[in-house]
Amino acid sequence: MADLIFTMIVPFTLAGVAVYAALRRVDVYSALMTGAGEGLKTLWSIVPALIGLMTAVYMLRASGALDLAAELLGPLLERAGLPPQLLGLMLVRPISGSAALGVGAELMETYGPDSYLGRVAAVMLGSTETTFYTIAVYFGAVGITRSRYVVPAALCADLTGFLAAAWAVRVCFGGG
Amino acid sequence: MTMTVIWTGMVVISILCGLACGRGELVAAAAVEGAQAAVELCLSIAGMLCLWTGVMEVMRQSGLAEKLSRLLGPVLRLLFPGAKGDRAAMESISANVSANLLGLGSAATPLGLEAARRLSRSSPGVASDALCMLVVCNTASIQLIPTTVGSVRAAAGSAAPFDILPAVWLASALSVGAGVLACKVCARVWRS
Repeated sequence: MADLIFTMIVPFTLAGVAVYAALRRVDVYSALMTGAGEGLKTLWSIVPALIGLMTAVYMLRASGALDLAAELLGPLLERAGLPPQLLGLMLVRPISGSAALGVGAELMETYGPDSYLGRVAAVMLGSTETTFYTIAVYFGAVGITRSRYVVPAALCADLTGFLAAAWAVRVCFGGG
Repeated sequence: MTMTVIWTGMVVISILCGLACGRGELVAAAAVEGAQAAVELCLSIAGMLCLWTGVMEVMRQSGLAEKLSRLLGPVLRLLFPGAKGDRAAMESISANVSANLLGLGSAATPLGLEAARRLSRSSPGVASDALCMLVVCNTASIQLIPTTVGSVRAAAGSAAPFDILPAVWLASALSVGAGVLACKVCARVWRS
């Protein structure tokens, strides 16, 4: 039942908004067209940022730098209560959403989705975002060159999310 | 400038590390592949993105956006004291936040960009405090039901894929709280 609600959320939103607007005598179709055209402009403006960022991410992944960093930083993580196996996920998470999902899925397969490690990986994925991608998209779209404190503040939120994920799983399920 | 340093650093590290590990060819292939994947990603999100900006326009014209904004208003006014006077910006921000809550990522981005465009008018090129807060709120996940993660867990054979929800909410709240706090503190001490 709950699954059905999640699947139907998008079509229901579409229909609900259309019916509500039509009842209020809004020209739904031409409003939809105007808005969709705006979306195309937005998309056009994020293409350059995406090309730049994804090129760098793909190169970084292929070079093996992420695996190397995982080995180096492992002991530090254990002290913070984080399993070192999750470092790769934490490094990839702010940079690439699909890569993080891939790494997370692999962890869940290896250690089991209902294990402590699998759960922490899932909660990390669910409680953080693709930080650098988001920043690049936003600042690229509006032409910001001086980002001031955005990167440190966003990374502070990410780091808190990672630490909180491990803590929250221990609180909700015990173990670790 | 920050992105310049990050991007250049990523590319240089990839090449150095790739050569040191004997994976130079892989790095070279990845550079081409990444640029291509970016365009493919753009194409694959184009439909949803345009559809949602269209729906947003319908929401705006019918007054739904304003209703939503009023619901979230009190909280958002606290977070965005500098944008209080700009009604259109506040409308876009609240629509962005509610789309994020519902996990409509492809809907949230165009709404957020609309808000960002308005917020950046007063200070072109430089991120204002309000814009920083908007971006940080979007880099922290506030999704109530992480459907993608749930489906990955289900695929891996979890007994109850969504039993992590309370833990996700707890971690999300702490993460967003830390981001907002960091923004508020930085807004006071950071010299623009």
